[in-house]
Order: sequence, then C-alpha cells, then structure tokens
Amino acid sequence: MATASSVQVDVEVAKNLGLTAEEFNRIEEIMGRTPNFNELSIFSVMWSEHCSYKNSIMWLKTLPRDGERLLVGAGEENAGLVDIGGGLACAFKIESHNHPSAIEPYQGAATGVGGIHRDIFTMGARPIASLNSLRFGDPHLAHTKHLVAGVVKGIGDYGNCFGVPVVGGEVFFHPSYNQNILVNAMSVGIVKVGETVSASADGPGNPVFIVGSATGKDGIHGATFASADLTEDSADDLPAVQVGDPFQEKLLLEASLEVIATGAVVGMQDMGAAGITCSTSEMSAKSGTGMRIDLDKVPTRQSDMKPWEILLSESQERMLIVCHKGREQELLAVFDKWDLECEQIGEVTDTGRLEYYVGGELVADVPAEPLVLGGGAPVYERETRRPAYLDKVDQFDPATVEVPSDLRAAATKLFKSPSLVSKNWVTEQYDGTVRTNSMTENTPSDAALVRVKGTDKALAVTTDCNSTYVYADPYVGTMIAVAEAARNIACSGGEPVAITNCLNFGNPYNPEAFYQFVNAIKGMGEACRAFNTPVTGGNVSFYNQSQYEGGRIEPVYPTPTIGMLGVVDNVKRTMSLGFKAQDDVIYLVGDNVEDLGSSEYLRVVHGIEHSTVPHFDLQKELKLHRAILAAIRGQHIKSAHDVSDGGLFQTLCESAIEGGHGFTVDTDTEMRKDAFLFGEAQGRVVVTADESRTGDLEDLLREQGVGFRVIGRVAGNNITIDGEDWGNLMEWETSHNDTLAAILES
Amino acid sequence: MKFGVIVFPGSNCDDDMVHVLGTVLGQETVKLWHKEESLEGFTTDDCIIVPGGFSYGDYVRAGAVARFSPIMKSVIDFANRGGYVFGICNGFQILCEAHLLPGALLRNRDQKFIAKNLFIRSETDNAPTNRRLSPGQVLKIPVAHAEGRYYADEETIFQLNQNDQILFRYCDGAGEVNLASNHNGSVGNIAGICNEARNVFGMMPHPERASEMILGNRDGYSIFQGLAEAVAEAG
Repeated sequence: MATASSVQVDVEVAKNLGLTAEEFNRIEEIMGRTPNFNELSIFSVMWSEHCSYKNSIMWLKTLPRDGERLLVGAGEENAGLVDIGGGLACAFKIESHNHPSAIEPYQGAATGVGGIHRDIFTMGARPIASLNSLRFGDPHLAHTKHLVAGVVKGIGDYGNCFGVPVVGGEVFFHPSYNQNILVNAMSVGIVKVGETVSASADGPGNPVFIVGSATGKDGIHGATFASADLTEDSADDLPAVQVGDPFQEKLLLEASLEVIATGAVVGMQDMGAAGITCSTSEMSAKSGTGMRIDLDKVPTRQSDMKPWEILLSESQERMLIVCHKGREQELLAVFDKWDLECEQIGEVTDTGRLEYYVGGELVADVPAEPLVLGGGAPVYERETRRPAYLDKVDQFDPATVEVPSDLRAAATKLFKSPSLVSKNWVTEQYDGTVRTNSMTENTPSDAALVRVKGTDKALAVTTDCNSTYVYADPYVGTMIAVAEAARNIACSGGEPVAITNCLNFGNPYNPEAFYQFVNAIKGMGEACRAFNTPVTGGNVSFYNQSQYEGGRIEPVYPTPTIGMLGVVDNVKRTMSLGFKAQDDVIYLVGDNVEDLGSSEYLRVVHGIEHSTVPHFDLQKELKLHRAILAAIRGQHIKSAHDVSDGGLFQTLCESAIEGGHGFTVDTDTEMRKDAFLFGEAQGRVVVTADESRTGDLEDLLREQGVGFRVIGRVAGNNITIDGEDWGNLMEWETSHNDTLAAILES
Repeated sequence: MKFGVIVFPGSNCDDDMVHVLGTVLGQETVKLWHKEESLEGFTTDDCIIVPGGFSYGDYVRAGAVARFSPIMKSVIDFANRGGYVFGICNGFQILCEAHLLPGALLRNRDQKFIAKNLFIRSETDNAPTNRRLSPGQVLKIPVAHAEGRYYADEETIFQLNQNDQILFRYCDGAGEVNLASNHNGSVGNIAGICNEARNVFGMMPHPERASEMILGNRDGYSIFQGLAEAVAEAG
C-alpha cells in the first residue's frame, strides 16, 4: 500500500504522538505491519485518554449505569437519555474544556459550550438549557482576571448567539486552579421518545456525508493535548485550540433537527475530539461496519491540508451523517435551505475497516473495532497511594480553633469570600431567559427549573461539587457532591432521576492523584445507588495541575462535578429560596451537628487549609430530601434553601436578600457559635412556614423521622443574631452583589 | 388578522414569539422564512414580528445584513403601506438598519453583554404596544443584548420627543428616569420607539420573556395584548 506520508514511523514517532512503546507494539500486532504516519496518528488520538478513557474506564464501569428511566446506557450514545414521562425524554451531558480554556480562555470556553450542545442535538434533542461549572485560581491575580473575563465572554457569546439560556452553574475560586482552570459545560435537551437518532453506521452501501463547517487546521491533536500535563510550554500548543462559530452551530442545530424529521438519516455523530477519525471509527465500530472515505471530498478551508490533518482536525460545527441510500436529495435539500455545506465523502462498507483515500490512493487502512473504547482500545489499571497531605487533614483538631470574639466581623469577612458572593458579574453576561422556559430567573431555587412546554412538567437541573470536601476525603467528599445536587433538586420541588459527571483530576500516573480518582468514583457510586440516580455519561479530564512557586507541581483539587437532572411532575408545586413574608417561622431541618471541617470559614477567617470533611450521613440525607419534597407537595412551606458553602448564616442571608426581608435568629447554646453560624455539616435545609402551617409541618417532619428546630423568624429589614443587631440587610446585599465586580475590575 | 414571525438564519426568539402570540394570547401566528420574496397571504390588516437573535450571525453590525434579505424588501413595503411591524431586540436593530425606525443601536457603554431584568417606563398611550399601559407605568422586563445603546442625533431625538414617538425609557423601580437606571448608555434612556406614522415599533427589552406567571413575571403581557387589540381593530 502506498503511504502518502514521508514520515518514517518508529517508536520515537509514536512517543511524540503520546503513545507508549507497549502501545506501539500492540498497534503493529493489530495492523500486522508497521503503520504509516496517518494510521499512527489515528491510533494516537483514538487511544488518547480523552477518547479511550484507558486509565479510567475500569473504574467508571463500577458506577451504577442502569435505571428504569434510562433509554440508553452510559457511553452508548453521545449523551444520556432519560424518560421524563408524557412521551418525552431528556438528553443531557456535561463535558470539560479545561486545557483549551487555560491557554485561550475565550475560544476554549466557547467551543466547550458548542461541543456539548452538539452532543445533545446530534441525538435529535433540542437543547433548552445549559449550565456551567467553573473553577478559577485566586481572583486577585491578574492572570485569573484575564481568564475569568475570557471564559465568561466565551460562554456568553457562544450561548447567547446559539440561543440557549444559561440557567445555572457554579463559580469557585481556589489557588489550586491558578494555572489550570476548570471549565465544565452542561447541556440539557428535550426530544420525543422514539424520535432520537443513534450514532450508528448501519447498512453497507449507505452514503456518508460531512455537513456544517469546512475543515481547517484548528484543533489538530486537541484530544492528545487534553491528555497531557498542562505545562508552561502548553501555550505553544495554541493551534490545538479550536475556534468556534455559534452562528454556524445554530444553523447546524436547525438543519440537523429538520433532517432527522425527514427520516432519511440512518445515524449521526458530531465531530468533537479527533474529528473525522473519531466519528467514522465510532459509528462504524458501533454497527460492526466499515467506511470508505475520500478525504479529498471533505470541504477544507486551506488547500494544502495533509491527510492526517484532515483526519485529526477538530474544526467545530461539523457532523457526520449516514443517510439511507436513495434519499440523499432530502438531506441535500435541508442543508441547502440552511446554506450549509453537505458533501458526500464516502460510504458504509461491510469490511469492518476504515479506508481513507486521497486522489484514489489509499492513505490509511485501519480496523474500526480496535480503535474504540469498549473495542480494542487499551485498558489500564493504575497504581494508587494514599496522599501524604491526608495526614494533615487527620490531625485537624477543632478545639485548637478559637471562637472569634467578634462574630459579626468574622461574618462580614466570610461573606466577602469570592466563592460565596453573588456571581451576578458573571451571570449577567449570559442570556438566561431566551426560549421562555426559565422559571427560576425571577424566583431562584436551589436548582434551576426549566418548564417543558406543552406539559405540566419542569426539569430541575443543577451542577455541584465542593472540591475542598473532595480534597479532604475523596470518598465522602464525592458522596457529598451527589447529595448536595440531590438536595438542591429536592429543595426546588424536583425528584432526582439521573446524573452526568465531569471528573476533573490530576495526572493518572501520579498514584496520589489516582487515589483521589478511585475513591471519588467509589463515593459517587455509593451515593448514586442510594439516590437512585444512575450515571448516564459525562467525561474524564485528567492531567489538571498547577505549578507553584519554586517549581512544585500539584494536581488541582479533585473536582468530580455532578450534573444532576430532576423532574417536577406538577409545575405548580415548585419551591423557591427567598423569604416570603414577615413573621414566617424559620426552621432548620435535619440534624444540626457541630462541625467546622472543610468550611469556607476555616479557610477565610482562620487560614486553615487542611481539615476534615464535613459531617455527612447518606441515609439521613435521603430521609431529609423525602421530607422536604413532601413538605413542598403538601404546601406546608414557603421557602427552602439548603445549608452548604458558608454555612447556615450564608443560607439565611441569601434567602433574606432574595426575599427582601430581614431575620432574627437565635444560636444554640449547646453549640459553638461559630459552628452554628458557619459550620458546613451536611444534611440541613432552612425552610420557612406561615405560623398557621407550623403544626402540619412539624407533624410531617416527625412522621418522616427528620430532626428540626425553630431557629427564628423572618423579621424587619435587619439581621439580628441572639438579639444583637448585625446591621441592615441592604449593607449585606451590597457586599454580596458588588464584591466580585470590585475584585475582577480592579 | 394574523401575526407573521420572520425567521432569519440566526433568529433565536422566533419560537418564543410564536409561543407568546400563538399559545399565550391565542392569536393566529405563522413563521415567515427570510428567503421569501413576498408576504404572501398577508395584508396590512396583519402584523409582522421581527424577532430577536443574531440574524446572519450579526458579525458585521447587528441587523446590517438582515435588512438586505429578500423578505425585508416586502416588509419595508408592507410598513410603508401602513401595516403593523414590531421588532424586538435584534428586530429593533434590523428595523433601524432598514430605516423603518430612526436612529441606531450601538455597543453597550460598558462593552459587555447585558442580560438582566430592567425597569422601563411607558412614555405614551398613543401606540398599540402601550395602549394597555398608563403613561408613567413601570414594567420589569429582561434585556439580553450587546448592542442596545440607542443613539440618534439631537434633531432626531427632538423630533421623537416632539411627535410622542418614544414608547419606553429605562428607569428605576420607582419610575425615575436617571443615569443609574441607564444600563447600556442609551440617549435619553430610550428603550423603545415607534415611527412617525405609528405603525412600526421597536424595543430592546424582551416582553415575550415576561408574559406568563409561570416564569415569575407577566409585565410584558399587556404590550402584546394592546398590539393584538389594535391589529384586530385594524382588520
């Protein structure tokens, strides 16, 4: 066979492409010969961590991945698909775009948003909401400000133009992300059950089309780039970052949904990581077929592209479509209507091989199955070692932490923590109301509520992960991430149904980082089984690390972001977090355990970085969530807001600011005052009730076996703690709303 | 009488307009594709909606390309014959670019996209969009734009005031029109205007996103209610 590349392939070339010597040997075995450079490039991207999950799949398979509502299994299609009743399904998924965003924040974040929406509409679902979970370094650093501004503008410009609202998400700041920020984007779509499209390539003889944007040199080796350590030299890899065009994506969305409706489509897959290579091999492997592709038929932006560049390009806003033979005209008509490129580039074969041609010459010939996850892609078990820093965590003794003499001053300082303050500076750059389904833009809830038009249903969606808890205890910390997501959904009136995850960790070859990963997966599995929220998919992002002064390299705080989907069956029975009326009774529901561990308070007020994971009881969480849902459905309560980062005081202030009412609360004389106000023990929710409903509420909570105590009342315009005036709510509101802008714009 | 909602490539509030007019207000509403050369089936008793979004990507200047699209020739003719045309956000930008409305929408003063609830004050009751509102009435309506800073020269602004063509101004919750409530830097806090003949209307805020209690805000409903009544009377 002619090799269209002059590069002489050997093990050194393979190593330069990110493969190991052993992997190179296996490729030679599979091929029965030495691969040419094009073929080696194909293996290198398909066997990269990003595409093959080779270091994580063993553990991912331990997660619960079945459930009565799941319409496709985890990893089977581009996103999870969950039956929400009424003949509708929800497709949803979260994905990272960390390394591109760390190098080129605007395009990195924008294409992250584009990529995740494509995963949803390639299945035939219309994206109706998006969320994003962001982690930045110290916001006072000029570099962080640059990254925040770029990422936020990138997410905003892409999503605003594409026309899907950002309804939720999170923004945290911690020095462990100083160089390696995390940008996790989630998309949520709706489709009629039975009208989805699979990423398959059935039917030898069926034509294969490439549609959407032309193929350029951007993003080549992006998947390999995502599968290596982020270093100071990473900026040299700038061409590995893709460039996004949300207008093209909007056209591609409308055209894709329209073409699916014609029935002419056999299968469809978007082109993200590893471009044409990945889509052709995964679709073929899924159907046990092969493809013959003429690379010179691919519309390109440049004239001098080499075969491997066309194969590996990660140019955005492209799809691969297999169409029923004889129905090509229906496909062409739709894409012509939307003025998008639609080019037949090959056909499905029965060979099980991917044969790529240029000018009639075979330039690469590889079997499909060995390339893909679940096929022949390598699977590794990596070494784990308990991280040394956990000794420091174990040594934490709350008795050594003095209760501040001036609690109000401590509260004021804590309340300005960048991770706790309002993120309005960020969210006001995101369109949150387009598509007219966002129920929580005007009346916020712990989870975002998205009305499903034509039904009485709403989706409740949230992303959660407190990585400082995961750092302190990967196993329990990740259970907490799942529990907090479920708690947020319960507090909004939704029933949790499934999760997607975005697993952001350090280098998997670092045994301490891998220990964090393995234990996080174990915790996630246990919590997801308890909440009956199977894992529908997501992604793994390893190699996230920051370099400290003196050259010390540390993984970012382990961040297994949970994107949870909940369903509200009756939109009239939802709940919001703001206080509603003066004199309403404030309850703290759940066991009020004295615990300062891993609180923002310890970090901000006492400068303690290593402390134990907060108190957490999985079974009590479950009970609490059921009780809150029952209280909402029984219309016993007027607000619900969970206690999380910042503790009870933060929760109360947020409800007060949102509702425009002050409060008076008494602490528990049995407990340290700082733990009462700022501790982050899990499994607690603040609810308010009208005086006339308190009897019903208390009966219900007793029936459900959930602890509670009355802690105060909604009262006046001030904050009053133990009878002491802590000032007007307006002052706290100003601090809450203006702090982030003041830091980022200084 | 019926409503026609134009769909440009990149329109993203077309479905929202069909929803609010068709489902919420129960009006006959159809979509019109930008490549159509004529407004077939439409008479000046009907109303054309130019929705929000990023027509043709808005890479040049918001609305600059859309004004040359095939359907806009018919819309200009339709407006000149007295038909009602209502543009929201990108629709407002397009109507200005097409010279159906005076002035222009420039980049926001702070160069950032603004997506939030703002207060607007109804400045007249002599327009279909405002007839259900009393002058001075304050509405809370979300905006979502990067190019929403209304600008016109002094003479034009004088004429707009003189002819009672200003529909809405940005204000605070108490109805005060002041600098603090002018988030994008619009001249005179202008948020919406009409033409001199009072049949073409444009506004940057999105009343279609604030027309249902389930979304927690119904302040925008009466704008469509007024328009639907006026269209019905015209028919």
